[in-house]
Amino acid sequence: MIPLEAYLILAGLIFSMGLINLLINRNLIIVFVSLEVMLAGVNLALVALSHYMNDIRGQVLAIFTIAVAAGSVAVGLSLLIAHFNLKKSVDTEEIRELKEE
Amino acid sequence: MIYFIFAYFCLATLGISIMSLTRKNPVHAVLWLLLLFLHVAVIYLFLNAEFLAMVQVIVYAGAILVMFLFTLFLLGARQLPKHKRYTSILEGRLLIGLSITATLLAVFSSIKAEYSGKYTIKYVHDVGNTKAIGAMLFNEYSLAVLILGVILLIPMIAVSVLAWRRKDDTS
Repeated sequence: MIPLEAYLILAGLIFSMGLINLLINRNLIIVFVSLEVMLAGVNLALVALSHYMNDIRGQVLAIFTIAVAAGSVAVGLSLLIAHFNLKKSVDTEEIRELKEE
Repeated sequence: MIYFIFAYFCLATLGISIMSLTRKNPVHAVLWLLLLFLHVAVIYLFLNAEFLAMVQVIVYAGAILVMFLFTLFLLGARQLPKHKRYTSILEGRLLIGLSITATLLAVFSSIKAEYSGKYTIKYVHDVGNTKAIGAMLFNEYSLAVLILGVILLIPMIAVSVLAWRRKDDTS
């Protein structure tokens, strides 16, 4: 029997790799990719806990996560295209429309 | 034997996520992400979540990845201007990330599964994974499923609005 901690530590490592990359990367596309990696880590933790606690709610929550992630990524990518059409750039450091100068 | 397979999938998942996050070319990053999703689906199979593994492959690998690739090709990934890839590390972002990592690992390594529900492995095996999840979804979480439908409808409208507005805009 594989211990629960193995799955949880794997999920935590995947999540935090995505998080670190989300914080330090400048390319908006890679930021979305790291968001997906973070969500994969979260889903893995949910499913592992659901398996070891003999309760199926974790898997149901993971399905909800996947569906909401699909919607959010659709909006995010279309905003990315709109911003790229406007500025010809996908650099997160150059998105300053809302910043008060 | 199962331990070797599990160890392979653990190490491969970690390696693939590092590869997917450090690629310069976004297309390569997205393709490594596809491989990551397939490996995570196999790890779901270790956890007796067959339905979720299937959903992972169909929705993530089939739909979201295609959306990413469409976006990349719409942007013209090769013509993107070359910038510096990372923000300046000294701003403290890396420190925040590492501290959250340490907190997560400390918390996750001390979690014990003490609560035990009624959906044991034997029960789920008898009923069938898909049927068990479906019964839970449509009985206990039926309102959440309805709200989920609204949550999926609103982005659809939003994306259409964002795409339509381009006509009269002078960009």
